[in-house]
Amino acid sequence: MNIHEYQGKEIMRDFGVSVPNGHVAYTVDEAVEAAKKLGSDVTVVKAQIHAGGRGKAGGVKIAKNLDEVRTYADEILGKTLVTHQTGPEGKEVKRLLIEEGCDIKSEYYVGLVLDRATSRVTMMASEEGGTEIEEVAEKTPEKIFKEVIDPVTGLTPFQARRLAFNINIPKESLGKAVKFMLGLYDVFVQKDCSVAEINPLVTTGDGEVLALDSKLNFDDNALFRQKDIAELRDLEEEDPKEVEASKYDLSYIALDGNIGCMVNGAGLAMATMDTIKHYSGDPANFLDVGGGATTEKVTEAFKIILSDENVKGIFVNIFGGIMKCDVIAEGVVEATKQIGLTLPLVVRLEGTNVDAGKKILDESGLNITSADSMAEGAQKIVELVK
Amino acid sequence: MSVYIDKNTKVIVQGITGSTALFHTKQMVEYGTQIVGGVTPGKGGTEVEGIPVFNTVAEAVEKTGANASVIYVPAPFAADAIMEATDSDMDLAICITEHIPVLDMIKVKRYMEGKKTRLVGPNCPGVITPDECKIGIMPGYIHKKGHVGVVSRSGTLTYEAVHQLSEAGIGQSTAVGIGGDPVNGTDFIDALKAFNEDPDTEAVIMIGEIGGTAEEEAAEWVKANMSKPVVGFIGGRTAPPGKRMGHAGAIISGGKGTADEKIRVMNECGIQVAETPSVMGETLIQVLKDQDLFEKCKTH
Repeated sequence: MNIHEYQGKEIMRDFGVSVPNGHVAYTVDEAVEAAKKLGSDVTVVKAQIHAGGRGKAGGVKIAKNLDEVRTYADEILGKTLVTHQTGPEGKEVKRLLIEEGCDIKSEYYVGLVLDRATSRVTMMASEEGGTEIEEVAEKTPEKIFKEVIDPVTGLTPFQARRLAFNINIPKESLGKAVKFMLGLYDVFVQKDCSVAEINPLVTTGDGEVLALDSKLNFDDNALFRQKDIAELRDLEEEDPKEVEASKYDLSYIALDGNIGCMVNGAGLAMATMDTIKHYSGDPANFLDVGGGATTEKVTEAFKIILSDENVKGIFVNIFGGIMKCDVIAEGVVEATKQIGLTLPLVVRLEGTNVDAGKKILDESGLNITSADSMAEGAQKIVELVK
Repeated sequence: MSVYIDKNTKVIVQGITGSTALFHTKQMVEYGTQIVGGVTPGKGGTEVEGIPVFNTVAEAVEKTGANASVIYVPAPFAADAIMEATDSDMDLAICITEHIPVLDMIKVKRYMEGKKTRLVGPNCPGVITPDECKIGIMPGYIHKKGHVGVVSRSGTLTYEAVHQLSEAGIGQSTAVGIGGDPVNGTDFIDALKAFNEDPDTEAVIMIGEIGGTAEEEAAEWVKANMSKPVVGFIGGRTAPPGKRMGHAGAIISGGKGTADEKIRVMNECGIQVAETPSVMGETLIQVLKDQDLFEKCKTH
């Protein structure tokens, strides 16, 4: 789960990790009010969307007085920002972070991620702040330093010091940088983050160490014990179909093709997309109905698939293990009737109770094309949506 | 012979009184698996399906002599259940539970360092040695006894591969589902090593997916160490970057973990990769024929 920058900074502030003072604003007036409260010489007006690259897209402005705050807030609020992370359709700005400006001396990068190879959390740091870390990793990998963290001890001060020395934090700021890193690790483990990225981390003229940006992502599987984090979810930042699917415990991801897919199991769902593509078709979505699909779930899955107006046909691909084929067949028949489905529908069933399932489909009198294998089903649906 | 489990494996079910666990316990018993006990804290002394229930794993092991555990405990408590199985020196703990928080699994992995127990999963279908022992949630009937090892990050894709093999008359020695989480116990290399050492396994099919670099590392290991042919498949060639495709571990991030890169490295290391999931079986059969192993592997 993602949250906004200002929310991430509030969490960090709670953990004693230093961030500039700032307030969220939903309107131009609130923005001016927030700037007044800050009373700083320079104020930064920052668009709050769940995507990076906001600065380049014109979503971050430096205001020297309250009039400029008003002008910039008015300009950015309601604007659709297109960055390398938003996709071509962009994202509309509905919230601003009004933050006090600071006297930046140098910019750095600090991030915490899971290192899958070691099954440990790893802190990465670089002197190359302000640029995409992937870019740094590709062009100058020697400028990225890593510390693998033992979960028993957590990030140790010597590791933080080593990172700080390696990225050439000035001596007078060293203690503060170490404190910052240790605090960030605390946030990561106590709040069940999956990513905590500070880019840039800055040192200021008066020796302060501050997070100028904050990107915190959270482990969806841990939200049951992070109720306060779960409440920060901004549904407007997510695909409405994906939000709807998550209510029914369906794993759905929108794609831009025209063949709707309903599959059980994540691996098979991906493989189904690949197979459609192999036969020159274009999947409209990834959808895993999971192991315990009921008629209700199947119906909802159909509705979500069909709410995408690009969809010209549906391919149901089921390998019943826990899921029984007759149950899914009943669900498909029921859903098709309820929705009054008119688009071509290809169903491939295999596994537990497959014969009973096929019989239900055959006897339903509905216009369902059946297939005996994934490849055959994919070919048929590709042909039907042409 | 087989890998990890056989007809002598004695299994306890952690979380046995839950409805999913109970359903699959019946299925496992029907398949012939020796389910010797179950554990549900607070329900010790009772019985389900004629199977004794204990309060703790330690007690269950002491009373039944179990050497393997299968875990169906809900996600918030599953990490603790794995550690409890580890503490009792089980040979094997197979965790079916999905949605375990990553930080919990990081602690579990640390806890298990230097200990005897092998973890399979979490978020996996389990392990099956056809006609001998089935531990997990896979449909037993699609499997046939034979000489091809299967290792996979995906449940339903494992069924797909096994089904294709069985239909073509190629039985399996053992099928190991290692699960779709970013932090798991047994990995591809562990399973490949076991298959390499198993005299009954002649060839291996490994099924991976986008995310991480486990397949690349496994391919390098195969090139350096494996004396048996390996074929593969990678799911998610068409998956968009930055999106988690159902499995917690199936995500392309920062340009890393793409299917194309995995396939490239696997090919370089001598692993034939099936073009589509529909030809996983065919691809393996062709390799068996090329290496004169087909007759040996044709079981029915």
